[in-house]
Amino acid sequence: MKYLCLIYDDEKKMADMPRSEGEAFMGEYFAFTEGIRQSGHYVAGEALQPVSSATTVRIRNGGVSTTDGPFAETKEQLGGFYLIEARDLNDALQVASRIPSARTGSIEVRPVVDFSQQPSAS
Amino acid sequence: MTAGEDAAGAVREKVDAVYRTESRRVLATLIRLLDGDFDLAEEALHDAFAAALQRWPRDGIPANPRAWLVSAGRFKAIDAMRRRARFDARLADVAEHLQSAASTSSDVDLDDGGVDDDRLRLVFTCCHPALAPDARIALTLREVCGLTTEEIARAFLTSPPTLAQRIVRAKGKIRTARIPYQVPSRADLPERLDAVLHVVYLVFNEGYSASSGETLTRADLSGEAIRLGRLLVELLPEPEAMGLLALMLLHESRRLARTTASGELVLLDEQDRALWDHDQIAEGCALVERTLRSRRFGPYALQAAIAAVHAEAPTAGATDWAQIVGLYDVLLRADPSPIVELNRAAAVAMRDGPAAGLTLVDALLARGELADYHLAHSARADLLRRLGRSAEARDAYARALALVRQEPERRFLERRLRELASA
Repeated sequence: MKYLCLIYDDEKKMADMPRSEGEAFMGEYFAFTEGIRQSGHYVAGEALQPVSSATTVRIRNGGVSTTDGPFAETKEQLGGFYLIEARDLNDALQVASRIPSARTGSIEVRPVVDFSQQPSAS
Repeated sequence: MTAGEDAAGAVREKVDAVYRTESRRVLATLIRLLDGDFDLAEEALHDAFAAALQRWPRDGIPANPRAWLVSAGRFKAIDAMRRRARFDARLADVAEHLQSAASTSSDVDLDDGGVDDDRLRLVFTCCHPALAPDARIALTLREVCGLTTEEIARAFLTSPPTLAQRIVRAKGKIRTARIPYQVPSRADLPERLDAVLHVVYLVFNEGYSASSGETLTRADLSGEAIRLGRLLVELLPEPEAMGLLALMLLHESRRLARTTASGELVLLDEQDRALWDHDQIAEGCALVERTLRSRRFGPYALQAAIAAVHAEAPTAGATDWAQIVGLYDVLLRADPSPIVELNRAAAVAMRDGPAAGLTLVDALLARGELADYHLAHSARADLLRRLGRSAEARDAYARALALVRQEPERRFLERRLRELASA
């Protein structure tokens, strides 16, 4: 079963990190990713550019509305994700708890819908 | 009444008795055999008992009723899956899978050991930290204790539809997020056991001192919590599980003495100790000793040890306050909290006099965390009263009264205020 691990953290805190600390943190990410590749959990994963580079698109009243960024005044922003394959939630939580940002921010673990297991719409 | 009706009545009674002792065990095993599907297992449990009512009067009561019920429930579930597969082809695979699992392992672990494991799986799944805290409580009372939705709703002063919704949502999450039907691994056990003990503790507290409402105690919930505590100690004799059971027994032992016939609150030092349940005290104290000897005790065992010192004092005046303060010191190191500090301050007041206690309570209130906690103000009021500072005591009782939510406690505070006014 697939789970998406959404990584939330304080972008500003990350940006203000001294260079050596930032490099060590990235090093932990590389090691973690390598670890879950070898254990067979890894399906995909990416880091995202800061929220300042984000654009939100909506269609309202038939027209496209494009706005700068998401405006949520939250302390933590979505900074990246891993898509993993896990046996069950316990297995997924075990993996998620080892993502380096779990210590500084938080990880939201969401089961992915498997459409082959859904009843047909007919 | 004919002899046949008599016999049928006897079998019905036997089925009822088996339901009371075995239904939760059968359910726990059925959930495992049906791949963690709670709803399917509950339906199967119901069908199995319906079949027993039909078949046992004719065929006699089976030698192992539990195994009979598990097997009947399992095949009823496979039948139900097959029927549903006619409308939803996807379920055909599920039915096939359940059928083949059933034919390859006919009597899967139906001895006591296997069944005990299933009961632990059920407890740990219902108390999984990925479920919302109030859903854990509702699900545990429903599935592990077998209480009806209406009973749980009444105990928690919620409407049955709200409570039913909470249970449906929790089962939905177990299914969708795939919370496994498992006893946690050794590495995860301490944290997961904490979550289970916390659920039991909350159920007990809700029964012992209802957080709001008219009656002070709701004996049924405390009884269920103690039953759950016993089950845990039986299945997983960890020191903190024993500590929690001891704590509950020692508090429960004072139930009769805590309120007057008219429902008024009686404080510990004014209770008639002859009304305490000495069997519960003996059992609780023995558990405390076992736990402390293990040297792996935690906050529950320490609270139980404090309750044991109170329970062993023949009169309020003979209480060993020095030992109680010492135990609070250890508890504060193990599990620091302002409420533990408040209780410690009350014990210090008994050991060293009200002035010493008041200094601690004032310092605690100045930090602000307990500003809205009625018991902090009533403790302060009590110390001021003992020091003869009546005007300040009245103010403090009034503060407590403005914050209290429970009727008997409100009446108690009003009584104290009246006494001070007439003094």
